[in-house]
Amino acid sequence: MEQNTGKIIVKNLNAYFGDNHVLKNINITFPEKKVTAVIGPSGCGKSTLIRCINRMHEVVLNARVEGEIFLDGENIYPKYIKDVEPIEIRRKVGMVFQRPNPFPTLSIYDNVAAGLKLNGVRNKTLLDEIVVNSLKDAGLWKEVEHKLNHSGVSLSGGQQQRLCIARALAVKPEVVLFDEPCSALDPISTAKIEELMFKLKEKHTIIIVTHNIPQAGRVSDYTAFLYLGDLIEFDKTEKLLTMPTNKMTEKYLTGKFG
Amino acid sequence: MSIKRKIISKIMMTSTLLCALVTLIPLISIFLYVISKGITNINLDFFMNLPKPVGEPGGGMSNAIVGSLILVGLSSIWAIPVSILGGVYLAEYGNNKLGTIIRFLADVLSGIPSIVVGIFAYVVFVLPMKTFSTISGAFALGIIMIPSVMRITEEMVRMVPNTLREASWALGISQFRTTVSIVLKTAKAGIITGVMLSIARIAGETAPLLFTAFGNRFWNQGLNTPIASLPLQIFVYAMSPFEDWHKQAWSGALVLIMLVFLTSYLSRRTMKSRYKI
Amino acid sequence: MKKIKFIDPLFKKTSKIVALSVLVLSIFLIYVMVKYSIPSIQKFGLKFLFSTKWDPVIENFGALPFIYGTIVSSLLALIIAVPLSLGIAIYLSEIAPLWIREPLSFLIELLAAIPSVIYGIWGIFVLAPILRNYVQPFLSKFFGFLPIFSGDYYGVGMMTAGIILSIMIIPTISSVSRDIFLSVPNDQREAAMSLGATQWETIRLSVLKYAKPGVIGAIILGLGRALGETMAVTMVIGNKPEISASLFAPSYTMASVIANEFTEATSDLYISTLIELGLVLFILTFILNMIARLLVWSVSNKLKGMIRE
Repeated sequence: MEQNTGKIIVKNLNAYFGDNHVLKNINITFPEKKVTAVIGPSGCGKSTLIRCINRMHEVVLNARVEGEIFLDGENIYPKYIKDVEPIEIRRKVGMVFQRPNPFPTLSIYDNVAAGLKLNGVRNKTLLDEIVVNSLKDAGLWKEVEHKLNHSGVSLSGGQQQRLCIARALAVKPEVVLFDEPCSALDPISTAKIEELMFKLKEKHTIIIVTHNIPQAGRVSDYTAFLYLGDLIEFDKTEKLLTMPTNKMTEKYLTGKFG
Repeated sequence: MSIKRKIISKIMMTSTLLCALVTLIPLISIFLYVISKGITNINLDFFMNLPKPVGEPGGGMSNAIVGSLILVGLSSIWAIPVSILGGVYLAEYGNNKLGTIIRFLADVLSGIPSIVVGIFAYVVFVLPMKTFSTISGAFALGIIMIPSVMRITEEMVRMVPNTLREASWALGISQFRTTVSIVLKTAKAGIITGVMLSIARIAGETAPLLFTAFGNRFWNQGLNTPIASLPLQIFVYAMSPFEDWHKQAWSGALVLIMLVFLTSYLSRRTMKSRYKI
Repeated sequence: MKKIKFIDPLFKKTSKIVALSVLVLSIFLIYVMVKYSIPSIQKFGLKFLFSTKWDPVIENFGALPFIYGTIVSSLLALIIAVPLSLGIAIYLSEIAPLWIREPLSFLIELLAAIPSVIYGIWGIFVLAPILRNYVQPFLSKFFGFLPIFSGDYYGVGMMTAGIILSIMIIPTISSVSRDIFLSVPNDQREAAMSLGATQWETIRLSVLKYAKPGVIGAIILGLGRALGETMAVTMVIGNKPEISASLFAPSYTMASVIANEFTEATSDLYISTLIELGLVLFILTFILNMIARLLVWSVSNKLKGMIRE
């Protein structure tokens, strides 16, 4: 796996919804400052996998996690689960959701500043600086420069999604999780967000869940294929998409199921 | 920093639970007092006898209990058909301006204080008849029933899927028969729930009866004469200076609360059984 | 087939006439209230609302003490009920374990089913003595320098009325707010959580901010109930038409004076003034209810406007 260090190492991870065993003994290493795509048919557990990484899986009723995930070498599911604060994990691991979900009552500026304000950043110049930089990083700055005090929901769907990306970036996460970020967007907005990924991986480790195989091919360096809760194959994207070693992967890529 | 935020969060979370617990204190206290103070005086006399003057033992509230039943019965007789027909109209034909206006007025009517309804019934019945009367009380209580029963009927009828109506029309069954034997039958449980909740509410109403039904120490003599009612009697006894009457008031409160909760409970049961067809 | 032709239009007409009768009834009610208020309006004009004299013997009527009593007792009720109701609503929609939610909601809503005369009897015989013997002496001793806790205390009075009213409106405010909180889409909560918000910050940022207009609507609905509540207040407020800064002092509300004096009112003018009070109450609650409904409705509609694709 080259010399690249593993930013996130998942060991023997099992996840459940009630009696439903949705992730089965997953072992995977996500390399640092690369884009890793997680693909697979719907219901295969790909969203659950990334929601385990920022401890968001457990907020769903009856949801349960077993196993270990190491973030920079630190286990985020230690034996005494209270030893690790999910809030700290979520600051390090940002997330962008399937549907754009800006806070409708907040302005564009306040949406981006929301996470910082929670962390007690009150310094106006510092806030301004981070908000502007985050919006620039999210490729939205030019479009909203003159209407920062408008409501976040006044934007188009694609702009809203980039606003959500800026909001996630503002707290300076090391990892950003994307949960099918383009599934509710038009092709042009999708292209903009894919472009963004290239820039983002200079500073961040990125994991993107997608059901769109060509998208995985366009944006990712590595790809993991999940099927019914099992990790079937994990490899460099160009290899996995063109010469999969596993029969099931091949079947999925050629559209035989899912 | 983070510890402070965590502590604030914990404190706020805990205080929401405290809010719920604090609110249960008056509920429990009311129950305990009504039961413990009410039960001592409840016996056969209480249900069989008329009120006695202060100091004479053995007085009861028979006339008030029967009076409440009569008032609730009479108001139901006129208000329920009006509400159900009105509700059916709103649901089946009411997607127009008239429907909107009526819906709006029903909402307004449901929000006005019940004492104002009492004034209305006073002007309409008591002034021309020059006497407090059973009928004016039943009129006032009926008006309080109408908005809620009408709106719940509308909602329940709207919930009946259109496919059922179409199936019936396709068989050549008239709109009238479709509404009565298919739509209303399907919506029955929900409507009954609404009716019972509303009965429970008017059974406890006092304010609109103060100057309509007025109250009566004896048996009611007809529609155009004053009539006793349980909540009214409780009010009069509770505000009196006599220990004896206070005891009677607590017993009356126990009977009233039982009646009201029984009705609410039954309505909840119909509501639940609806989903187990 | 002939029967159908005859019956269906008849059925439609009948139901329409009945629905119209509700409309006629409402308009008639408003007409009656206005018509019978006219003698009083003509005699006293606007002065009626601002004069503090209430003397039936010489037929000099001013409603200010009642308006004051109504507003202050209702505001007092809100001050107590709003935080409690919001706490309950948050607990029931966001925090409580699933198995607790239904029984707890049931118990809170049970409070709404208790007839007001029973609140009244509990108020005079249980709550008022507790306040008189324990709470008010304490407040008087340590906070007596504040005008609101000054003077003698009797148990019955403004404070007792406010507390009783607050208990009565908690079910309204908490159940409407809970429903609004539950309608906040889950992705709002997830957005806050993913930024590293604590549970409370998540609720504040995503739920409370989002639901604010609806919660204000719920509070106004509760206020409407408190303004018009009659029996329980009449039984505990002390029924004295005086304006006092102290919450210990007895007071009087519009609904209570109608309840107490309507059957004793001997002259037409006296009746008319009471009906005018009813009209004022009616207009107040009417306006409040309209605002409240609009606000609650605006939140449930926001959902539709929010998602753009």
